[in-house]
Amino acid sequence: MANMLSGGEIVIRALKDAGVKNVWGYPGGAALHIYDALHRQDDVYHLLVRHEQAAVHAADGFSRSTGEVGTALVTSGPGATNAITGIATAYMDSIPLVVISGQVPMAKIGQDAFQETDMVGVSRPIVKHSFLVTRTEDIAETIAKAYYIAATGRPGPVVVDIPKDITDPSYKVPYKWPENIKMRSYQPTNKGHRGQVKRAVKTLLEAKRPVIYAGGGIILDNASEYLTQLAQQLNCPVTNTLMGLGGYPATDRQSLGMLGMHGTYEANTAMHHADVIFAVGARFDDRVTNDLDKFCPHATIIHVDVDPTSISKNINAHIPVVGTCTAVLKEMLSIAEQLELKPDAEAIKDWWQQIDQWREDQGIYTATRYEPSSGAVIKPQDVIKALYKVTDGEAFVTSDVGQHQMFAAQYYLFDKPRRWINSGGLGTMGFGLPAAMGVQLAHPDAAVACVTGEGSIQMCIQELSTCNQHNLPIKIINLNNSALGMVRQWQDMNYSSRYSQSLYEDSLPDFVALAEAYGHVGIKVTRFEDLEEKMRECFELKDRLVFMDICVDQSEHVYPMQMPGGSMRDLWLSKTERT
Amino acid sequence: MKRIISILLENESGALSRVVGLFAQRGYNIDTLTVAPTDDDTLSRLTLTTQGDDQMTEQMVKQLHKLIDTIKVVHLTEDLHIECELMLVKIKVADNDARAEISRSVEIFRGHIVDMTASTYTVQLAGDSDKLDAFIDAVREVGIMEVVRSGVSGISRGDKFLRV
Repeated sequence: MANMLSGGEIVIRALKDAGVKNVWGYPGGAALHIYDALHRQDDVYHLLVRHEQAAVHAADGFSRSTGEVGTALVTSGPGATNAITGIATAYMDSIPLVVISGQVPMAKIGQDAFQETDMVGVSRPIVKHSFLVTRTEDIAETIAKAYYIAATGRPGPVVVDIPKDITDPSYKVPYKWPENIKMRSYQPTNKGHRGQVKRAVKTLLEAKRPVIYAGGGIILDNASEYLTQLAQQLNCPVTNTLMGLGGYPATDRQSLGMLGMHGTYEANTAMHHADVIFAVGARFDDRVTNDLDKFCPHATIIHVDVDPTSISKNINAHIPVVGTCTAVLKEMLSIAEQLELKPDAEAIKDWWQQIDQWREDQGIYTATRYEPSSGAVIKPQDVIKALYKVTDGEAFVTSDVGQHQMFAAQYYLFDKPRRWINSGGLGTMGFGLPAAMGVQLAHPDAAVACVTGEGSIQMCIQELSTCNQHNLPIKIINLNNSALGMVRQWQDMNYSSRYSQSLYEDSLPDFVALAEAYGHVGIKVTRFEDLEEKMRECFELKDRLVFMDICVDQSEHVYPMQMPGGSMRDLWLSKTERT
Repeated sequence: MKRIISILLENESGALSRVVGLFAQRGYNIDTLTVAPTDDDTLSRLTLTTQGDDQMTEQMVKQLHKLIDTIKVVHLTEDLHIECELMLVKIKVADNDARAEISRSVEIFRGHIVDMTASTYTVQLAGDSDKLDAFIDAVREVGIMEVVRSGVSGISRGDKFLRV
């Protein structure tokens, strides 16, 4: 009989047929049959991590930087539970992943067997879907479905839990890869309702103070080109969410930068005064809207999203359109062409005059929002500016979570999609380094910078070993302020500077020595005048991982910052100035 | 306000837990829940009742629809519908007066006595939830030993139907 394969062999063969080239993972008892099948082939490349959380983040970083589905392979019990943070991270940011977990044999499920965890149960609220495979004959089809579900509609992580006996090498069945997946219960909407799309175009064309509010959906759906075209045709200002940075070129005149809690003054103020807001691939996150009751009081809201549950969830949409960003934007462009209507040039001109005034007064790039660096005082913002300069704005930048993340989002101007890789929704410290591994694997010749802090980097620092094994020459830009910066900032603002558990005192490791211990290069920067030169030195070492430990000012805060309970435009602009 | 939501879903392990999980993780309570295979045994029909305002119900209907295992979701209380619930009640009947009283009540409510012993009657009753509540109130004084309710089943009135 042709093509008789064991369950373990089917898993690997199915991955190959799903187009998977690389898998991040960690072996263990329940996954050993699969790992043995992996060892006997060359089609699927496996990268051994040091902790399962990193496997999922790496698959995630791979996916975010390429648009392909990422894949992780873990064992049962602790392997599966270690993967949970990674899965939750991907779920919150709608990243397509397939996570395959080994499970104890069918007969032992429910018996508190060694390394048994109900993975389908534990992961249920943080997956797009999950499967427990109960027959060897079902493996191929289940894996095909998993990739289909992960990548279509609103993307997300899918768990495939496979009991060990199902992958037993002694039981072989005919292998068949399903070419087409059809599910009666899953048929995501792609094209927007034409009548609604037409209303959206008309409303946008008639607007006097329009703003395009573009989110991560633009990146996920590769819709930047159409967004840019539409915005430029309408001469409409564009603001991007944290997840949407790079969806519209940040250095373009029409870009207002990021909006929301740490968004620019001009973006937040323009949103507040807008008469039409065109939200596309965004979900009115609480870190964007501030107080819902005070949100953009004058605006008619057009909301395009592939996920109907995102529409009118937080903010009521006057013109809801369910569809993918690309399909709807394309249709909008074609309708705009057919309609006789033109934007009200006079009104739009006035609107721009107003926005340019805001920019000039309080803009994050035109006004000096912080004391300049000098000598031993290096401002974290200046580190990001140096990074931007040295990499010509062309690097892939991953980040961890905290002040450094916001500084990177504010000061690294992303002109292209899929260059900015961060955990926006879940806010997972420890994401940056493993995500950078996925990015570097996908783009071996590109400059990949992991902007991090001494807090976040220590949450997955063991992956320095993985980078050594797999030759991943990441550049780690550690903004070291010896404190949990964002926690400290909140403690300054809300807790009378009582720094409860946010300071490391003298306990931090020598990061340069640590990097060297892992076989990498370490560079320490303590003076501002050395910053740019050392940064250049770092990026010139193209085939080495370089850990740049940069001592930055501990007292620095991230501004602007929305005031709790306020509208979008109610901002702290510095420690002493507010709107 | 009471809401009745009806769902067609794949008759597979785990499908029900996803439905229930959506409510549990938001802190919403499911008041009643009935589920059984339809004439097509690959499909289950599930009817649940919950409390909520219009916005919450709309969001829950959308969330339920988003689950990969659900095929169709309908908010029955939004439109004309029929609801029906089955109840079994075991009642203590100490003497002839009690037996007569229960028999009369059962007749008025169009129920059936489906089992009896020297000291108990078991009554079966079907109808909308208000009717079942009223019966319980009517016989409470006599002595209720046990109440079992199936939870609401619902179907829309007229030509509309829920089918794949």
